[in-house]
Amino acid sequence: MLHLEAVTRQFGGLKALGNVNLDVAKGRIVGLIGPNGAGKTTLINCISGLDHPTSGVIQFEGTPIHNAEPHHITRLGIARTYQNIRLFGRMTALENLLIGQHTRGHGSLLGAVMFSRAFRAEEQGMRERARELLNRFGLLPVANTHAASLPYGDQRRLELARAIATQPKLLQLDEPTAGMNPVETHALGEAILTLRDEGLSILVVEHDMAFIHQVCDEIYVLNFGQIIAHGTPTEIKSDPAVIEAYLGSSDDGAA
Amino acid sequence: MDALTQALVDILRPLGITEPVLQFMLVNAILGISIYLTLYTGMFSLANAGFMAIGAYAGVAATQFLGMPLWLGLIIGMAVAGIISLPIGLPVLRLKDIYLAIATIGFGEVVIILLLNFDEIISSIATALQGERVRIRLLEGARGIKGIPKSTETWMLFAFLALLMFLLWRLHKSRLGRAMAAIREDERAAANMGINVVYVKNVVFVMSAVVAASAGVFSAHLTRIISPGAYGFDKAVDILSFAVLGGTSTWVGPIVGGLVMGALPEVLRFLNDLRGVFIGLILLGVILFLPGGLINPAGVRLLLRRARRALRRRADAAERSSHAAP
Repeated sequence: MLHLEAVTRQFGGLKALGNVNLDVAKGRIVGLIGPNGAGKTTLINCISGLDHPTSGVIQFEGTPIHNAEPHHITRLGIARTYQNIRLFGRMTALENLLIGQHTRGHGSLLGAVMFSRAFRAEEQGMRERARELLNRFGLLPVANTHAASLPYGDQRRLELARAIATQPKLLQLDEPTAGMNPVETHALGEAILTLRDEGLSILVVEHDMAFIHQVCDEIYVLNFGQIIAHGTPTEIKSDPAVIEAYLGSSDDGAA
Repeated sequence: MDALTQALVDILRPLGITEPVLQFMLVNAILGISIYLTLYTGMFSLANAGFMAIGAYAGVAATQFLGMPLWLGLIIGMAVAGIISLPIGLPVLRLKDIYLAIATIGFGEVVIILLLNFDEIISSIATALQGERVRIRLLEGARGIKGIPKSTETWMLFAFLALLMFLLWRLHKSRLGRAMAAIREDERAAANMGINVVYVKNVVFVMSAVVAASAGVFSAHLTRIISPGAYGFDKAVDILSFAVLGGTSTWVGPIVGGLVMGALPEVLRFLNDLRGVFIGLILLGVILFLPGGLINPAGVRLLLRRARRALRRRADAAERSSHAAP
């Protein structure tokens, strides 16, 4: 459903991404790993429209999206979370999820002014759906707390809930387990597997190899903006090119 | 309605607030709403004074030159400002923070200079077209337009402010209102939530311009004379001070800020020459000690919590000493 062909992103003389080919099939969890600075976040930014590739094609369900605005891409059905949490801090957890449902609503200012039936019904529906999501992620007790004053773990889960509130077909997670302990990481893995079983496709950037092995169906390895390996987690684990990228070559080891 | 106004003025008279003062306080409150809209969306725009000038001149052109009633002048003033704000907003709103402030100050200056030289420009165009020297005197440059009918009534201001407050309340309950807050919090994350950031910003900019223009039309029909100098950089900063004084955490803030800033010069009249100094000190005090402004529920809650804690501590201490005494 997501298809990247020869995607290149150049920042001046620096090639952050070079000729990246990547596919995410429906209902798959695809991992994207690589050392720091390999271009993982740049790739996610390109897919979510915050950045645009210098050349190459990105297609989502056959629609080219490499030059589309972020809000169009969200409407097509791609949602994401961020490496550094980006919640709407001075809004409550519930309000964050209402914003998440922005594209799924149609209510106009006129409807709000007229107290129209459609407007009230839609607001009611959005609030119910927000409460469902809060409940699902164990955030119902903090529904009316400002996002900025939530504990770190709650913020991570709220960000995931907010991404799901946009009703995506493809979810991109940028280092979702950062700052989590192994127990929390495992629980998040379970949650992601459940989402996949509900029909969501997921592209996840991660460093935690245990997590990658827990959730991913296949893995792409990015190094210096190039895809150096692609395969199942077991294949990747023993791939010499990957080992070299992460640990250095045997010559370095000897020196 | 008049009886109500009269009763209110009677209550406020001991503070030095007469009906004309009250009218300007209400105009300020409308201006407070104008700057609140942009600030609430995270846009630091100082274009309000410029749009107020456009509203005033367009409105007066309708009532004074074309003999229209005030309500029609109001609509025309607001419409003209709205139409002009659109091509201004599209390029300018790509800027952020202080850069947006500078660009919008520039817009204000352009408006002033165009108004000052309007007659000259029109005259020279007419001269070029006619082939002979023509002099048109319409806006009278720096001298301004005099003899405008004083047709704004206090009840109109109350009614209009009430209407705006109702619309603001509903705006906050709508999808657009939520999108505005999200853009203020994090523009890129808002875009990833499917919010069309450029669209929302421009809509808000137009709304802000239209509201500022309405204040311009009303105040022009109170002062009975308008000149470009009244709508310059000073005015833009004045309007900003309403938001600073009142705070922007709720829409009540800038309205109260506008009312208070309108009243202060009269309330402090007994200070004579030191008035300006005191108004400045009050503003400084608010910035230092009430960073959220006068109207800030979160700040009030914090103060209350602190006060309660202090009281409890004192009660505990009293209890301990009473136990220790025997």
